[in-house]
Amino acid sequence: MQSMSQTHSDYRLSQLDQLEAESIHIFREVAAEFEKPVLMFSGGKDSIVMMRLAEKAFYPARIPFPVLQVDTGYDFPEVLQTRDNWVDRLGVKLIVASVEQAIADGIVVDDGKTSRNRLQIGTLLNAIEENGFTAAFGGGRRDEEKARAKERVYSHRDEFGQWDPKNQRPELWNLYNGRLHEGEHMRIFPISNWTELDIWDYIGREGIEIPSIYFSHQRRVFQRDGMLLTESEHNPLRDGEVAEERTVRFRTVGDLTLTGCVESTASTIQEIIEEVAVARVTERGATRGDDRFSEAAMEDRKKEGYF
Amino acid sequence: MAGTNMDLLRFATAGSVDDGKSTLIGRLLLDSKSIFEDQLEAVEATSEAKGYDYTDLALLTDGLRSEREQGITIDVAYRYFATPNRKFIIADTPGHVQYTRNMVTGASTADLGLVLVDARQGLTEQSRRHAVILSLLRVPHLVLAVNKMDLVDYSQEVYDRIYAEFTQFATKLNVPDLEVIPISALKGDNVVTRSEHMSWYSGPTLMHHLEHVHVASDRDLIDARFPVQYVIRPKSDEFHDYRGYAGQVAGGVLKPGDEVVVLPSGMTSKISRIDLFDKEISEAFPPMSVTIHLEDDVDVSRGDTIARIKNAPTPTQDIDAMICWMTTTPLQPRQKLAIKHTTRTGRALVKDIQYRLDVNTLHRDQETRELGVNEIGRVTLRTTVPLLADPYSKNRTTGSFILIDEATGVTVGAGMING
Repeated sequence: MQSMSQTHSDYRLSQLDQLEAESIHIFREVAAEFEKPVLMFSGGKDSIVMMRLAEKAFYPARIPFPVLQVDTGYDFPEVLQTRDNWVDRLGVKLIVASVEQAIADGIVVDDGKTSRNRLQIGTLLNAIEENGFTAAFGGGRRDEEKARAKERVYSHRDEFGQWDPKNQRPELWNLYNGRLHEGEHMRIFPISNWTELDIWDYIGREGIEIPSIYFSHQRRVFQRDGMLLTESEHNPLRDGEVAEERTVRFRTVGDLTLTGCVESTASTIQEIIEEVAVARVTERGATRGDDRFSEAAMEDRKKEGYF
Repeated sequence: MAGTNMDLLRFATAGSVDDGKSTLIGRLLLDSKSIFEDQLEAVEATSEAKGYDYTDLALLTDGLRSEREQGITIDVAYRYFATPNRKFIIADTPGHVQYTRNMVTGASTADLGLVLVDARQGLTEQSRRHAVILSLLRVPHLVLAVNKMDLVDYSQEVYDRIYAEFTQFATKLNVPDLEVIPISALKGDNVVTRSEHMSWYSGPTLMHHLEHVHVASDRDLIDARFPVQYVIRPKSDEFHDYRGYAGQVAGGVLKPGDEVVVLPSGMTSKISRIDLFDKEISEAFPPMSVTIHLEDDVDVSRGDTIARIKNAPTPTQDIDAMICWMTTTPLQPRQKLAIKHTTRTGRALVKDIQYRLDVNTLHRDQETRELGVNEIGRVTLRTTVPLLADPYSKNRTTGSFILIDEATGVTVGAGMING
């Protein structure tokens, strides 16, 4: 059941309906003005909300652009399953850009020290260039991180895929400027104004499928750098590390060697919402090793061309 | 689920660290529990490393490395917090004159503008400028927060003087709703909790005002405007004859059965159906994104506007507008630019610069021959395509446009149509 409020006599839209309307507007602008858009789909909750919004924006027509996933080779199988279910249901084309393949082709270099997350950058930029995509939708939210708080909805990338935070185009009203030069592309963030709580409220309201690892489950985990990481062949235990079974869930999904889980018994959307509402640590700070290296970790990766 | 019923307030703040703006935002975020421990720990560590005596809450909001290095806010940053009934989006903008364009950007989508003054200094050129910009952008609600009341012994006399001075200045502006609130962001007086030191003040606290200010009636619900964004034609067996016009309602209330005109062609028809995803709805109003169907097979495409037959904008190629110029190369007569208005894109020729507005004094400089970066002036344009525009004072969506440099692709101007 959707709780639409359009029948209210005072013509008031709830904030979630306003966010939805704004995001749908953005999807339609991009589809109308860009030659070759693509939606970057990770299988995580934010990209699932993007898929839902894209579905609504063009219904009953199919989503008029393909979906791109960067496969780190270290993805959670549950996430890949959800991805496939969504792609099948909506009948969209899926393009998988594989980090392993990019390493094999010499596009990115695995020196054994660089994280898969970082190797995604080169893999992603190569996929965008190879396919000639001019606009790539990303699920970034401004509440996630300080550098993202300043990023535009239409975020311009030069021919090297780089973001120049000091030289962003002004963005006014709901008028988006999609002008590009040859070889440049635009990153589009249709859910910029959504918060983590909004995402969960929306998933609950829409009743849409998300990967099972967001819900409480039993998992063999071990402690590293203050995070609970999953036991896996890709993530061998180091000296002194001990794996044990815990009741956990994930707040974000990414490269499984870097994405920590939290101890939780939240097994429904409502319980997750209650947990998020009282959480005292940001989802990235709590569970993302990739954001922890420095205060400007995200800004640096974004400048290079990260999501 | 709380979020499904909450409403939304977008507000813009302007000011520099000196006014206590960052402290105030930090306090709103802290007191509404929107700051997380790891964020607070990070700024505490940075403050300590820099040898500060106190935690610099400005570090929470200054997100870019260059901003942290220089200790100033350069760009618009968006912040989010919520109370049980309302979600807030803050467009946090820099206050200095060289960042006027950033403030214009932040104000463009705001329902409310928050101007800070230091009680010790009273109104400054900067606070006047902020009020002028918010008024030009037709931000319907204005709050003047008289900050640092703790440093003037919570004096009613100081507050009254600033209040009188500001209301007198505001008569020259367009300020439909004004609230002047004495606060101390540092000590927390009248921010979230009522001050114990200012019994002479009977108005609301800042948070109470933000939570209760009525914004739903700010939209134009009379003049129906529907700029068509995208034509949905599934070309599938199941929806063979489906042809819907997708867009976001910019004004008025649209219902099935309404007699409408498609502009600029002038063809008339009737709304046969309005879809919201997979449901038919009985009415659509701003800012809903919907899909409209017409009874007749008229030619409609992106850039067209659907309006009521007896209440439609007059297509025009001659535009008289206030323009905020946003790039270092000045705007000059005879210049050609790309223009984007609703979903319509064309080219525009600068016919004349009538005057430059001094945003500090409201003086009109009619001698000017150009507009420099961060300057605002009244300009006439001639466009290659007719615009389906309303005065900005009537509708902020159909009354606004952006100007784009065709060589660089950069957004160089923001326009508000007069009338």
